[in-house]
Parts: sequence; C-alpha cells; structure tokens
Amino acid sequence: MRLTDEEVRYVADLANLRLNDEEVARMSHDLGQILTHVEQLRELDTTEIEPMAQVLYDADETATLREDIPHTPLRNQEALANAALSGAGYFKVPKVIERS
Amino acid sequence: MSARSEVSALTISAVREGLSNKTFSATELAKTALSFAERENPATNAYLTFSPERALAAAARVDERIAKGEYPGALAGVPVAIKDVIVTKGLRTTCASRVLGHYIPPYDATAVVRLEEEGAVIIGKTNCDEFAMGSSNENSAFGPVRNPRALDRVPGGSSGGSAAVVAQGTAVASLGSDTGGSIRQPASFCGVVGVTPTYGRVSRYGLVAFASSLDHIGPFARNVTDAATVLRVIAGRDELDSTSAFAPVDDYRALMQHPVKDLKLGLPKEYFEGLGSETGDVVHAAIEQLKRQGCEVREIGLPHTKYALSCYYIIATAEASSNLARYDGVRYTAREDGETLSDMYRNTRGCGFGAEVKRRIMLGTYVLSAGYYDAYYRKAQQVRTLIARDFSRAFEQVDAILAPVSPFPAFKLGEKVDDPLAMYLSDVYTLTGDLAGVPCMSVPCGESKEGLPIGLQIFAKHFDESTMFRVAYNYERSAGQ
Repeated sequence: MRLTDEEVRYVADLANLRLNDEEVARMSHDLGQILTHVEQLRELDTTEIEPMAQVLYDADETATLREDIPHTPLRNQEALANAALSGAGYFKVPKVIERS
Repeated sequence: MSARSEVSALTISAVREGLSNKTFSATELAKTALSFAERENPATNAYLTFSPERALAAAARVDERIAKGEYPGALAGVPVAIKDVIVTKGLRTTCASRVLGHYIPPYDATAVVRLEEEGAVIIGKTNCDEFAMGSSNENSAFGPVRNPRALDRVPGGSSGGSAAVVAQGTAVASLGSDTGGSIRQPASFCGVVGVTPTYGRVSRYGLVAFASSLDHIGPFARNVTDAATVLRVIAGRDELDSTSAFAPVDDYRALMQHPVKDLKLGLPKEYFEGLGSETGDVVHAAIEQLKRQGCEVREIGLPHTKYALSCYYIIATAEASSNLARYDGVRYTAREDGETLSDMYRNTRGCGFGAEVKRRIMLGTYVLSAGYYDAYYRKAQQVRTLIARDFSRAFEQVDAILAPVSPFPAFKLGEKVDDPLAMYLSDVYTLTGDLAGVPCMSVPCGESKEGLPIGLQIFAKHFDESTMFRVAYNYERSAGQ
C-alpha cells in the first residue's frame, strides 16, 4: 500500500501541517508501509467485541463530581505569558474576518 | 561530599542517612549534585535545563525542617530530574520540541508538587524524544542522548534522558513517562530500574498529553527500593485528573519484602519465540534465579500480542493528532507568520514539529478521517479489548508475568533512524502493558557479551504494584545487585 501524493496533501491539510515536496514523498512511503503493517488487524473477527473506550475506572460513576466551588483561575497575564503575540489582554492572530 | 564517586552512587537511603548523621546538609548535597551534573552532562546530553535556584530553595527548606526537628519528607534532599514533558512552574518545559522551545509553564504537574512536598530537590529537566515519540531519543530537537554505558549507543526512548541521568549518577532518581514502553525500554538499555504503574495510579495532571488513554508517569531509580519509594510519593487520587484512581496506595517497601516462595509466575510464549539468543539467555537465567527461590513458573499465552503494534500505532497516533492540535502558533511561544490564520497554523506546525511527530500526526489524522474511522480506530479499540482480556485471563492463573523488555540491547546511534517500522518494532514487548493498563517494570538482569545492560520485565494485575515490586526486589537481592 502506498498513499498518493494527493492523499498525503489532503491529510496534511486536515492536520494543518505544511509539508514540502520531499516530505510528501517520504510520507507517502512511510505511511504506506505502516498502513500495510496494520492491515493484519483484519484477520481478527471482532464483531462481538466491545471497543475499549475507557482503560479502567475503579469508582462509582459520580465519584469524580465535586462541589462547585469557585476558585481563582489563571490570571490574564499568566495565560498570555507564553503567547506568540498578544495585545490588550488577548491573543493576536492574523485577520480572520474581511471588512467589506 | 566532594568525591564524584560518592554523589554518583547515592541512593535515597544513603541520602537519608547522610542528612541524619550530618555528613552533609541538603544544601551541600544539592550544590555538589548540581555541579557534578553540569560537569558530566556534555558526555550524554541527558539534561536540557538545570534548575539551580529551584534546587537550592528546595534544599534550604529541607535543611530548615531538619533544624526545627521536623520530619523532612520521604525524599528529603534527594536530587531528582524530571522528563521535559512534565511541566514545572517557571522552569522551561520544551517536550524536546522547537514548537515549545521557550515555553515557561504557569503551573506544576501534580507529580512534581508531590515530590517537592516530600523534600525532593529538582536539579533539572531531561532530554527525550520530541513529545515522547520515539524509542531511541534521537527525535529530540536538542540532539540525541548518549547511553552512559556505551557512548556510541542510544539510551532508548522516549525517556532516554531520565534513564541516562540515573545510570550516569547525575540524579538519584527521575521521572519519565511511558505510552508504549518509554520508561521500561530506556531503563533496560541503561541498566536502571524503571516503573510504569497502573493506568491512573499516578495523576497525569501536568504531563503534556501525547496519547491520553496510554500515557503514564513513572519513576527511574538505581534500585527497586528507591523506585518503590518514589512511586509511593507520586501515586494516588488527584482531583485535577479525573482518570486518576481512588485505590489506596500500598506501602510497597513493606510488602515487597515478603518472600516470593509459591508465587505463580507466567512466561508468555509469544514473548520468547524469536527472541534473540543473547537477550533470551540472560532473561532465562533471571527466571531460573526466581525458580530457585521457590516461585512456580509456568508457560502462559497472551495470544493477541502480535497485534499490539498495529493496535498501538492506530490508537496512539489518533490521540496524538488530536492532542497536538493545540500547538498552532497562538498560545505556545513559537509562531511562523502567514498571510491568513490557516497559513500561520500550517507554517508554525510545519516548521515547529520534527519528522517523527509529523509522521504520527499524519497517521493519526488519516485513521480518524472520514470513511476510515471504523476500519482503523474502532477496530483497534476492539483489538485493545482483546489484548486487555489476554492479561485478565492470564492473571486468573498467575500472580505476575515475566518477559524480556526489548528484543535486543541498546543499538548504535543512527542504526534505525531511517526505518520507522524497524524502530517501532523495538517496542514490541512493552506496548501490551500500556494497552492493557497493567503495572509493569524493568529491572536490570544482566549484560550482553559486549557489556550492554539487559532488563527483565515484570507485569502484575491492575493496582498490584506490590506484587510486581516483590518479584523485582527478591530478584534484585538474590542477584546481589
């Protein structure tokens, strides 16, 4: 199995990843190799098997519920401290909405 | 406290003794440990960041408690290192990625808080594979780690730095994380003890998420006793992680002293077929040693083992593709400009992530994409049920399971770097433990002819870390390590 370059570019778009041509070629080979390997799972009949959605849980369903007590959240300054770009108390990003 | 041999061979009990005999103060020890670690680090590149201010402040608190006659804590004065995927307030946490190269977390992970409450002295953050994705530590944006036991070889991964600092003697214990073998495999490669506790046993709050249903925090140490001591400190329910377990934390150090006579140990045949003869011989010798102590050893089957790699690489990458979506150039330091918001995201992620992380994000995105979900993700979750069931059935017959950790000892730097599938296969014996959520560990059990360490893997039932430690401790003691 080998992914076409178009398929790789489509998935890269979904994943918000910019890949150069060399990376696309490499990715179509590597992903193809791994997907070929995982095809072995088809051998197994799993029709009656419940998917493992939770690893294990050792208490009542409501055990993690707690009293709704307000506490001090991260301060605005702390939340923005690692921002690539911030201003006026907000994260700044390139313009999203065009003015007409 | 100046001779390097002393600081590099310390154990937790030796630190406790030194402090109570006033051989050294916590502050003296912290200074010695820091300068020793800083001097030795260039040989291995195991530390990414040192934290002298934090270490000296912690040591001063320990000295103050001792001066007041208060109990200084189970880890008083013990120099420890933290894998750089575990956040530390005010101390750079990079995940060995360019995307987080300058990230300064605004909070501490729960495991870190608990270590410091018990007097541990954090001296630095350790190198690892980027976002814990890798088996050799060669995927770090800050260069690979070298194995202290053989500098031309990898320390294993992804917690390569945390294993290496304990092996090198530049920390007494450390924390790592394990998603598919990232604690046990480097522990085995570097000849130290590494523990992956039951899923939920240790809070994941503050562990940067890779694959949330598989991620574990666990300790590295030079012996089983120290590993058990550290685990007891960090284990237990935490309100900040809703998946953390309520089960009480046992006194591992007391319980592991019980003899292993009459314990039933299982050898899964799937783990021994096709095992390299050298690793096989060393592991079998360790099993004989346990038999001589009266353990009953029998062959068992874990029939779905051969599907673990496929199952793991679907679930882990699917979860990773979603967890790593947050590194978008907005909140976490690194940004590459683009004309539109979408261009900015793509450029930031394209430049910021390394090849292996991109490969896994791509694979995870692919298996979750429209039309493929049932064929891959749902199927893998069903197979995960079968793998977990294998363990439940085996534990109806035996108290613990013994196996190799890795098919081979530490390989040479660069040896597998161009073949992702071959690299993934080095985790073939460790993936199942994470998939089933059972506690498992690596304990050193000998060396190859070239003198490379080999580890024995021990699995136990959910929340039965005590039995796992008991087997490891009795083995370690009988082997005279």
